[in-house]
Amino acid sequence: MSRLEVKALTHVYSQGTPFEKTAVQDLDLTVESGGTVALIGHTGSGKSTLISHLNALLKPTSGTVLLDGEDIFASKAAIRSARFRVGVVFQYPEYQLFEQTVFADIAYGPKNLKLDSTEVDRRVRQAAAAVGLEESLFDQSPLELSGGQKRRTAIAGVLAMEPEFLVLDEPTAGLDPAGREELLEELFRWQAQRGAAILLVTHDMSIANRCQRLLVMAEGRLIMDGTPRAVFAQSEKLLSVGLDLPGAAHIAQLLRQAGLALPPSLYTVEELADAILSLRGKEGAPC
Amino acid sequence: MLKDITLGQYFPGDTPVHRLDPRTKLVLTLVYIVAIFLIGSWGGYALTAAALAAVTALAHIRPRALFRGLKPLVFIILFTAVLNLFFTPGEDYLFHWRFISVTYTGLKRAVAMVLRVMLLVSGTFLLTYTTSPLAITDGLERLLSPLKKLHVPVYELSLMMCIALRFIPTLIEETDRIMSAQKARGADLETGTLPERARALLPLLIPLFISSFRRADELALAMECRCYNGGQGRTRMKQLHMAGRDIAAFGCGALFVAAILILRRLGI
Repeated sequence: MSRLEVKALTHVYSQGTPFEKTAVQDLDLTVESGGTVALIGHTGSGKSTLISHLNALLKPTSGTVLLDGEDIFASKAAIRSARFRVGVVFQYPEYQLFEQTVFADIAYGPKNLKLDSTEVDRRVRQAAAAVGLEESLFDQSPLELSGGQKRRTAIAGVLAMEPEFLVLDEPTAGLDPAGREELLEELFRWQAQRGAAILLVTHDMSIANRCQRLLVMAEGRLIMDGTPRAVFAQSEKLLSVGLDLPGAAHIAQLLRQAGLALPPSLYTVEELADAILSLRGKEGAPC
Repeated sequence: MLKDITLGQYFPGDTPVHRLDPRTKLVLTLVYIVAIFLIGSWGGYALTAAALAAVTALAHIRPRALFRGLKPLVFIILFTAVLNLFFTPGEDYLFHWRFISVTYTGLKRAVAMVLRVMLLVSGTFLLTYTTSPLAITDGLERLLSPLKKLHVPVYELSLMMCIALRFIPTLIEETDRIMSAQKARGADLETGTLPERARALLPLLIPLFISSFRRADELALAMECRCYNGGQGRTRMKQLHMAGRDIAAFGCGALFVAAILILRRLGI
């Protein structure tokens, strides 16, 4: 089992100029392989800065990032190895496509790993299958694909590196609801099959509450860390940093304010429905 | 990082210098550049430096910002200095060893050249620090408008310049983003032989080109949706007006040039 640890990480942009800005402050975090984690926070809360440290794209102003106990900034080789072990898919990854064919684009990462061609071939096919790209598309130019297919190609390009930690920044932004659902399913399936860890950066609470663990960032700090149930139970705190509640939790809160004795920490539609039905059973009154 | 490039960075403000008409500032900058080449005495350099310091203070620009602008030019400045120091012919040796010789004239000329380049660059930086790129293009367009009679497409040129300026920061950001994305896929931009490194740039350049074309397309579409049809008959939201302070500024400029010329004649 692999471990990714962030220790006392601080990152300050443009230090020493009038534009100085502290994006991440004294942040500690440990993620182990085999889980699904969602990172939520308002725009400008430091999420993107944080994830750029996880694969050594940004150097911390102070603090470290450890991968299985080793500092990923220790040497050039360590940085390189971190880039392959921690795959990062940035927002709108389709803008990074550049090869002449879909196959070649997905193969770019594995080729940088200096793998032999049969292994590259295997990984490309597996990654494409994981995100539901048909092999008939392999010879097409990635620029001729539809938006959703482009996104899948770009994500497959990172999956093909077979990272132990997969970080995705808003992977479903700009997709239609059906496409969003499909992509999430595929990603979670991939995660479960490989025993890797997924870290999803998102604004969308309906995505966040499908992960096993929730991290909430505000103003460069990690302010909450726990199961979705524990985090969504603290609705006041979430709302105070400009975040929403999932739909069901929001409705539960409104019903509580209207005087219904609903238990705290409801956040899925099923739970809410059960709770309301059980109330009805008790009091026999129509809701 | 790439973001730290201060090329033509504008510091918004509301000082007399900021409020000057961009045309005034452009013309005065031109006058200033010509004046620097008319300097013929140490007194002239002192006066120019004092004038520059006065305008900098008036514009509330921190001197540090001006020096930061000079940073990328350190090499050129040093090169000029060394060239003048060692390769000025003369008899008044300060130092002489085999084929290396430094003359007093050479030393003087080296110092003068360094001063000249520094004054020149920081003066023009002052223009871009206190005038928004939009105002500069606007001013340029108005200044060049007599050329329209010679069928020079002044309006189109200024529009092109305007768009180019507008998209520099956007492209820098985009480059940063694509670079991160490709590095995350194990791209190695730093090591390797020259041809290898050139090839390693492709994953960066191709997406950048594609997105530039896409942006240009979107911009053209947006302009057409707003019924853009060229410069003919267009009115402006921000009219340029010459005011009393512009005349005062021109007066100061004229005095400055006269003083430089007098100092040159007197040899002070």
